Order: sequence, then C-alpha cells, then structure tokens
Amino acid sequence: MSRLTRRNFVKAGGALAGTAAVGAIPKAAFAQQTVKLGLLHSLSGTIALAEASLVDAEKLAIEEINAAGGVMGHQIVPVIEDGASENPVFAEKARKLLQRDKVAAIIGCYTSASRKAVLPALNQAKGLLYYPTYYEGQEQDKHVIYPSQEATQSVIAAIEWMAREKGKSFFLVGSDYIYPRTCNKIAKPTIARLGGKVLGEEYAPLGHTEFSSIITKIRAAKPDCIYSTVVGGSNVAFYKQLKAAGLDGEKQVLLSTVVSENEIDGIGKDNAVGYYACMGYFQSLKNPVNERFIKAFHAKFGADRVIGDPMQCAYNSVYLWKAAVEKAGSFDVDKVIAASAGLEIDAPEGKIRVHDKNHHVWKKVRVGRARADGQFDIVWESPSLIEPNPFPNL
Amino acid sequence: MALELVILQLFNGISLFTILLLMSIGLAIVFGLMGVINMAHGELMALGAYVTYLTATLFERALPSLMDVYIFVAVLFAFLATFAFGYALERGFIRWFYNRPLDTLLATWGLSLVLQQTYRSIFGAQEVSVPLASWLTGAWQVSEGIELPLNRLFIVGLTVLVCLAVYGLLYRTRWGLSVRAVMQNRAMSGAAGINTNRIDALTFALGSGLAGIAGSVFTMIGSTNPGTGQLYIVDSFIVVVFGGVASLVGTALSAFGIAQSQTTLEYLMSGSMAKVSILLLVILVLYLRPNGLFSARVRA
Repeated sequence: MSRLTRRNFVKAGGALAGTAAVGAIPKAAFAQQTVKLGLLHSLSGTIALAEASLVDAEKLAIEEINAAGGVMGHQIVPVIEDGASENPVFAEKARKLLQRDKVAAIIGCYTSASRKAVLPALNQAKGLLYYPTYYEGQEQDKHVIYPSQEATQSVIAAIEWMAREKGKSFFLVGSDYIYPRTCNKIAKPTIARLGGKVLGEEYAPLGHTEFSSIITKIRAAKPDCIYSTVVGGSNVAFYKQLKAAGLDGEKQVLLSTVVSENEIDGIGKDNAVGYYACMGYFQSLKNPVNERFIKAFHAKFGADRVIGDPMQCAYNSVYLWKAAVEKAGSFDVDKVIAASAGLEIDAPEGKIRVHDKNHHVWKKVRVGRARADGQFDIVWESPSLIEPNPFPNL
Repeated sequence: MALELVILQLFNGISLFTILLLMSIGLAIVFGLMGVINMAHGELMALGAYVTYLTATLFERALPSLMDVYIFVAVLFAFLATFAFGYALERGFIRWFYNRPLDTLLATWGLSLVLQQTYRSIFGAQEVSVPLASWLTGAWQVSEGIELPLNRLFIVGLTVLVCLAVYGLLYRTRWGLSVRAVMQNRAMSGAAGINTNRIDALTFALGSGLAGIAGSVFTMIGSTNPGTGQLYIVDSFIVVVFGGVASLVGTALSAFGIAQSQTTLEYLMSGSMAKVSILLLVILVLYLRPNGLFSARVRA
C-alpha cells in the first residue's frame, strides 16, 4: 500500500472528478457538433473601405442559422481572417483556412485580383469559395460559386433600360482596369443593337480625383445618358465634380453598376441624388425576407448602417452553402458543389437560383434612383430571373 | 462652342494648378527646404480632411445655423491640428533622423501606415462624407456654356491667400530670414545665435499645417477615407522634384506646367495616357536638368 501522501490524494481526487465531469456532460457537448466556415475579407488596408462590412452580413447569417439549429445539427463556427487588401496575404490566409483550420467552405474576397490569388490554394486543397461581389465575369472555377451578378446581367439590362426610357446616345466613363473595360465591351454592342450611339468612352486611372477634363468632354458631347463604372474614391470625386459643374441628377441621366448604398454613404447623399444605379439588390426592396434581414441587421449592428448589394450577396452566400450542404447531406466539397446546381433560395433580393452548369446565379436586377436619404427608389425591375452568362461573345 | 471649351479647359488647368500647388507647398517646405523625405505627408493631409469632417459634424450638431461658414473654421482647425501634430512629430520623431535620408524614408513610410490604420480604427474603413456649404455648391454662369464651379473658385482664392502668407512669412519676417539661414547653413546660423532646433521644429510644423489646409480643402472635390493621403503624395513629390527642390517659385511654376499640360493632354487622349505622358515629360526634364527646372544656386 502506498501511503496516502498529499500528492496521491490530489491525483486520485482529480481522476475521480474527471470521471464525474465526463459523466455529467454526456449529450449537450457531443450532440452540439461544430463546423468551421472561413470568412476571408480585407479588414485593413485600402480595400477594407468596401469589404469590411461584408463580414458583418456573414456573421449575421451564421448567427441566425446557429440559432435555428445549425447546419445538419452542426453549429457554424466562423474563422475570420484579414486579407489586408494584399493579394499574397489572401492566398496565404486561404491556404491557412483550408489546411490548418480545415474549414468546410470560405466566403470571401472582394476584388477579382484577390479571388484570382486564392484560386491556386482552392484547387490544391480542393476547397470551396463563395465570392459575394458583382464582377466582370470571364471566370468559372470548379471550386467557386458566384452568388452576385456577373457583368452581362447588370450591364445589358441597364443599357436596355436607359435606351428605352432616357435616350440612345451614351457616354461611357470608367476607372482604368478590367471591370469597367469589360462592362463597356458588353455595353457597346448592346448600344449598337438598340440603334444607339456611343459619343465617348473615357477611362481615368484608379484613384484619380481630377475629373474636370472628362466632364468638359461630356459637356461637349451632350449625351442622353452617362454609363459610369468609376470605382472607389474616384467615384466620390466624380460625383462631386459633376454636381459642381451643373450636371446634377436633375439635369443629367447617369447610371452606374458599381454604386450601391454603401458607396452613397461616402459620396455624400446630396451629391448622388437623382443618379441611377443598376444592382441585384437595393435596401428599399419590399418583401418579407428583406424586411426581416434589415431588421435583424439593424438590431445587431445599429440602425444607422446601410446595406448594399455585396453585403446582401455575402449574407446569401452563407444560406446558399447551408442549403447545398443539406441537399447533399454532407460537408464534402465535391458533393456540396454538385448539390449546388439548380439550388434555389428565397433571399432578401427575392428568389435566386444557382445555374445548372456555370456556378453563377439566376437573379433579377433592378434600376434604382438615389434619393436624398441615401436610399434608392426602385424604378424598374427585370420581369424574370436573368440567366448568368460569364463568357459572352464579345 | 470651341472657344467655350478652350476657356473651360483653361479654367480646369488653373483649378488643377491651385490644387497641385496647395498640395505640394507644404511638402516643398518640408522636403525642399529642410530636406526631410516625409512619406507621411499625405497622411497629414488626411488628418486635415478628418479634422474638417469633425468640425462639420460639430457644426451640424451644435450650430446648424452657422453651417454656411463652417469651412473657414474647419480650415483653421485643420491648420492648427496638423501644425501641432507636425511640431510634436518633429520633436519626438523626425529630428532623430536628420542626415539619414534612407532611414527617414523607411521610418516615415512606417509612420504613414500606422496613421492610415489609426484613421481606419477611429473613423472606420468607409469614406466619410463631408458636407459642402450651400453657397459653394453651385456654379458661376459666366455665359451660355461656361459654368465655373464655385468650390473650385474658392480653392483658387484660398491658394492665392496661402501662397501670399507663406511668401510673407518666409521672405518678409525675421523668422523667415532665420529659416532660410538655417536651411542654407545650419552650423553658421547656430554660430550666429539662431536656435536651430526651434527653427527646425517650427518649419516642419508649418509644412505640416499647410498639408492640413490642403487636406481640408480637398474634401470639397475628392473623397475622405483612410487612404486619401496616398492619392496625393505621389503628385506632390512629382511637383516638388520637377520644380527643383529648394525652390518655392520652382514649385509654383512646376505645378502650373504640370496642371496645364495634364488637363490639355487629358482632353486630347485618355486619362491614363495623359498620366503616362506627364511622367515621361518629367523623366525627360529631370534627365536634362537633374536638379529640376529651377534649382537654387547655393554653396553646399
């Protein structure tokens, strides 16, 4: 017999307590299985401007799903990583999420460059990415689902609407990179098909803040409509200077496919009044799903927050993934991707359906006109879901 | 019609000239006169912009009846805040890096990153919207087809005032004389009884304060976000280097030349090509005149 020393006593006691504890928590802990979901966006650096708020929408969706019992009984645990507005960081963080955290899927990226940077890691680790931003198309990766509108969906609808309602002479202005150039490549044949004219096509370097020369050209050309794909801080300068030059939303038709409620916040409500935007989603949409979404978002993040199209697509991404997992009956990436084809959910923007083949979604698009309070009056809505076509014949 | 376009373009050129000048005059003092490569100069402009935003918010909440004149107070506040910040910066940071240009470059670059992230933490990553006083929103209709935006006219006026003030300060006061003396020959000035440390700090603070004014004014035409400073820093350096470091007149003429050629080229070709052409022009001039257009003749 060993003596009853203090050490032995503690050991024995610990063992006993341990057994007791295991016995005491049988179901609760083990029934509550978890699954990890990676959220990969820029929380710092220049792109954080547009991207950071997407994480909030994703967190809200995860919270709602967890409260309703999770995905196939699994509680979702978000793993949030900061891409820091740098593409190599995105690649590295994606690799970390897939290999170390073993996340079931990633919702992430905002710029196309960051998405492209993540692709090799996705393909290598056989991961799954939901990319919640409108973009130029020209891509269809096996490991990516694209819940937002690709360029043809919004551009063709926008040009057709302008030509029908506002006039057939166009001036195209964009920032000088792939999205605007692709959009205008789609816009020009559309304008020609409708019997319209392109009076000018101008590109400003990214971050440009001096639009006086372009505005002089617009004045000289006197177009019925301006189609704008100016992005980021340039947008603020462009809208302010247009207004100062007397071409405000009352006198000039201007439509952008990149200005959502979030951008209006920075542009300044006064500067954007009367201009148009073409998006899949506007916060002012009236339907029960959207009203519930806005209410929950405001309750969680404050009533002064506005919700733009990419945030809503980020929110949808989580639900699309959940629906696909439940349809597949598995978290396995290949099965989830296979189950995604043809999947339909009721989103705040209305019904959306994942395309049978190309990983993009069928969705309605709308034209909205900016109001003084920074929200949009929806002036047109596509009569039916528009088919995504990421590889148009240009 | 054609004449109107020419007049509009000339005005655009003058407007851009005043914007470039306002942007680079602070840098011309800090980099040109003092020889400090301050990569965080753009962030000082952003500081000015954020102070303007805060002032606007303050007026909106507390004195909505005075919203029309808030911009004057905001410009003053922006100057004072960046002046004070610049003073502290020189005393606590920059002065340890004199005569070590490469270290300054890295240290101030780091500082600029720190400041950007600070703005992001305080004000959020989103752009903030700075309201424009109602009397500055419209345009002055000179004739049919010629409309000059009032906010740009305001910037032209303010730049003239700022330049006169800087000229007066540097060339018409005893303090300015000391500044120029210290910048030309530090040891000799010290021997003549000038407190060179104090002059350094005040000169740097003045340059910073001017950056603050620029940032404050740019809220009228551009965006205000944590990265705003980055948009201006490159152009500012180009203007100062092109004009000839250490020459304030050179900075002014260089801003004028770049502005007029940029607006003209932008009208004739695309924005990106105009930028390329301007940079080629700058490279060519610096190849032929390595010290810039107007280099001051000083005994080194």
